[in-house]
Amino acid sequence: MDKIDVNLLHEITDMQGETFEGAYNIRKNGAGIERKVTDNVNIVTKKDVSGIDIYVKENTKFEFIHIPVIITESGLNDVVYNDFYIGKNANVVIVAGCGIHNDHHKDSQHDGIHRFFLEEGAKVKYIEKHYGEGSGTGKRILNPVTEVHLKEGATLEMESTQIKGVDSTVRETKGILEKNTNFIVTEKIMTHGKQYAKTIFNVDLNGENASTKVTSRSVATENSVQQFESKVTGNTECFGHVECDAIIKDKGKVIAIPEIIANDVNANLIHEAAIGKIAGDQLMKLMTLGLNEKEAEQAIIDGFLK
Amino acid sequence: MLELKDICFTRENKKILDHVSLNIDTDKFVVITGPNGSGKSTLVKIIMGIEKPDEGKVLLEGKDITSLSIDERAEMGIGFAFQQPVKFKGITVYDLLKLSSGKEINKSEACDILSKVGLCAKEYVDREVNGSLSGGELKRIEIATVAVRNSKFTIFDEPEAGIDLWSFQSLIKIFEDMRKIVKGTTLIISHQERILNIADEIILMKDGKIESKGSKEDLLGKVLERPICCKLGGSKDNG
Repeated sequence: MDKIDVNLLHEITDMQGETFEGAYNIRKNGAGIERKVTDNVNIVTKKDVSGIDIYVKENTKFEFIHIPVIITESGLNDVVYNDFYIGKNANVVIVAGCGIHNDHHKDSQHDGIHRFFLEEGAKVKYIEKHYGEGSGTGKRILNPVTEVHLKEGATLEMESTQIKGVDSTVRETKGILEKNTNFIVTEKIMTHGKQYAKTIFNVDLNGENASTKVTSRSVATENSVQQFESKVTGNTECFGHVECDAIIKDKGKVIAIPEIIANDVNANLIHEAAIGKIAGDQLMKLMTLGLNEKEAEQAIIDGFLK
Repeated sequence: MLELKDICFTRENKKILDHVSLNIDTDKFVVITGPNGSGKSTLVKIIMGIEKPDEGKVLLEGKDITSLSIDERAEMGIGFAFQQPVKFKGITVYDLLKLSSGKEINKSEACDILSKVGLCAKEYVDREVNGSLSGGELKRIEIATVAVRNSKFTIFDEPEAGIDLWSFQSLIKIFEDMRKIVKGTTLIISHQERILNIADEIILMKDGKIESKGSKEDLLGKVLERPICCKLGGSKDNG
């Protein structure tokens, strides 16, 4: 790995020095370059398509799994299929994410299709960060798909962040929840220039006491455009809460399209959406503390996306 | 010393401040009182730079600050506690206290400040300054953000407004201790007898003018005779 690779990995993961704690698989420019497995976590290369299968043994306690992707080759269109099989009552933290460095004129694209199959009582924290950099005119495009299948008593908490440098993204997240499951999603997006970001959430609450909480916080600046679509379907006694909160600046645009479908009288579904510029009273308060207008605006955005 | 010279402020053909001139001496605890619509809030907003006067000048320690922005005045040592504390998304009490103090303070220093305003610090320091906090809690945090700045000149715009009687009864103790918390000059808009009682000076405003100004001894009796002052700590304004 060269300096650019290491920098990209630091941007998208919690990498310590040049290595990771626990099992990991690093993919660069469309191929795996480093891998480590542990007693509880096995990583196997797929035979039919590009990608890996990750197997976590049942009752695994508090292990980290890192599967970062980096792209430094301009013009590459990388599609990867990663499947995670999490055994009963296992408890792991999975850190994914993609960093693109593009110094040239051709577009670089990564589409990561991640499927999670959690057995009974399994618990996963999934952290995904997307980042782009480089001086080229070629676009940096990321289209992640996340599909989550939760069996009875399983929980998946997903944190998705895209703060800088991604020109176009369509991120699709789907959840299929059985009895007593919980799917929590927190998404943070900031777009600049002419960037475009679209988010699609689709969660089916199929089992009794299944619950989901989706929180999206986004900031659209300059001429960027964001679209947030969410569809939560309650098919039994369940709870769903979707919150979309967006700040717009300059000529930024945000479109929020909520859809909640209750197919059962005991389904309890809530959607909240708010879009607006930074509140004048917030700016004023911070200015009375000695921040100038620009610093106040930055402090408000930093807090909002924290 | 802060000086207001011939301040006029008119909106929608209504004279909100009508040729107001005022001197406030250094290290004094000054209370402005008077009926609703008498121009009190506008006057303190003009001192902070939140509103600009149509005519007149504002001087701090002899320097004309009339054209300075809010943040420039803050840097010169003016602090302002809002009547309605502002709520944020994602900004915690600790974040806000760090921004207020203008330097890196550690959590233990932040907790010390919160304790001074009567909040059990550990429970609050990591909470977001949002609608999950009660009106009384937000008021205390607002006071803490102002107290941590050690400003030369600190303004409180009607701290009793918008909180219930019980919250105010405990909050009023903080204002009684205000001299220990806030250094320098304090200018506070209030109708509360207990706050008027600790004033060095009282300013009574009416119809955009200063009707009288004097020591607590001279003016407290006059003010209490009028039905603008609440003895029990509610924010009712009968003016």
